[in-house]
Amino acid sequence: MNIGKSVVIKGELNGSEDLTIEGQVEGKIELRQNVLTIGANGRIKAQVFAKAVIILGEVTGNVTATEKVDIRDNGSVDGDIAAPRVAIAEGAHFRGSIDMQKANAKPGDAKADAKPGHTAAAVATPAAPTGSPVTAGANR
Amino acid sequence: MLSDLLRWGGKRPDHNEKTGEASASRGDEPPVPSKAFPKLLAAISQQPDAPVLIDLGPVIGTNVGFFGERLGCKLFIEDLFADYDRHARAGTLEALPAAITTRFRHADGSVDGVLCWDFFDFLAKPAALSLAKQIVRMLRPGGAVMGFFCTSASERAAFTKYEVVDDHSLRHRPHAGSGGAKHVLPNRDIIKMFDGLIVSDSFLLKNNTREFLLRRPR
Repeated sequence: MNIGKSVVIKGELNGSEDLTIEGQVEGKIELRQNVLTIGANGRIKAQVFAKAVIILGEVTGNVTATEKVDIRDNGSVDGDIAAPRVAIAEGAHFRGSIDMQKANAKPGDAKADAKPGHTAAAVATPAAPTGSPVTAGANR
Repeated sequence: MLSDLLRWGGKRPDHNEKTGEASASRGDEPPVPSKAFPKLLAAISQQPDAPVLIDLGPVIGTNVGFFGERLGCKLFIEDLFADYDRHARAGTLEALPAAITTRFRHADGSVDGVLCWDFFDFLAKPAALSLAKQIVRMLRPGGAVMGFFCTSASERAAFTKYEVVDDHSLRHRPHAGSGGAKHVLPNRDIIKMFDGLIVSDSFLLKNNTREFLLRRPR
């Protein structure tokens, strides 16, 4: 289901099917069993709860997902994220906290061979953009 | 070999020293070993509860994944490089110390680790003092702070973002920010600035970067 660019919703949005939002929502969004996609035109000022959240537009508010939060290139989140997996692309904006604690997890008990390349976050990170300033002090 | 030549020659061919800008990044910078980073991870892992970590750099997807998997921590992204950039563009860098004082929402003694990267190099003394004071305030007993400090000043230097490769190395990557002047903080000033913390480890790397790990005693 899609909520189009011209749609503005103020209030609580609940549902039991996957949803893509290209419009504006202010309030609260709950799709506990489904995937929520905030499209490139989507502007959300809300607390968000979903199974998975894919963000290409702008979200102001806390985002909680039971599976994954994925902030794509040019996506923007100002708020706190809680999810077992979080992927943030290179050109994304994020300000807030990220809580990836799993149930029953203890600090530092991740597998010894855990590498960033094995994580969801790494998968979503594309190559660096061109035309960026040079790194300093990398000689070794 | 080439990097050695560039280092000793004191010049990088693709770096515009006036603007701090550079040629395109290919994203394939070699990993650079860090001696302080594994110590920081060990220190944070020893904290009794799920740790709280603050990253003063820009958000990097791989780092988020690494810290989530490796430490199971709550990670706060406090991108001070972006704040610096905003103030620099507006010509209000003198307001940065006050902005830093009010920026952090963390309670006293509530944070287990702070990743400063090389941000202190870009700060004039009042801003550096203001930030250090906030870090000391927020740090929990047993908590650790990691910072990189240069040994030579520069009128204009680009920002660097540090991507975690593994427990022992980082990839130094270009940052989109405009950069700024780099200042040298003598060791004694660093120690004074973080009054209340102890220098747990310090290293001088081959690239003349000083890596510091400071800890709040339990």
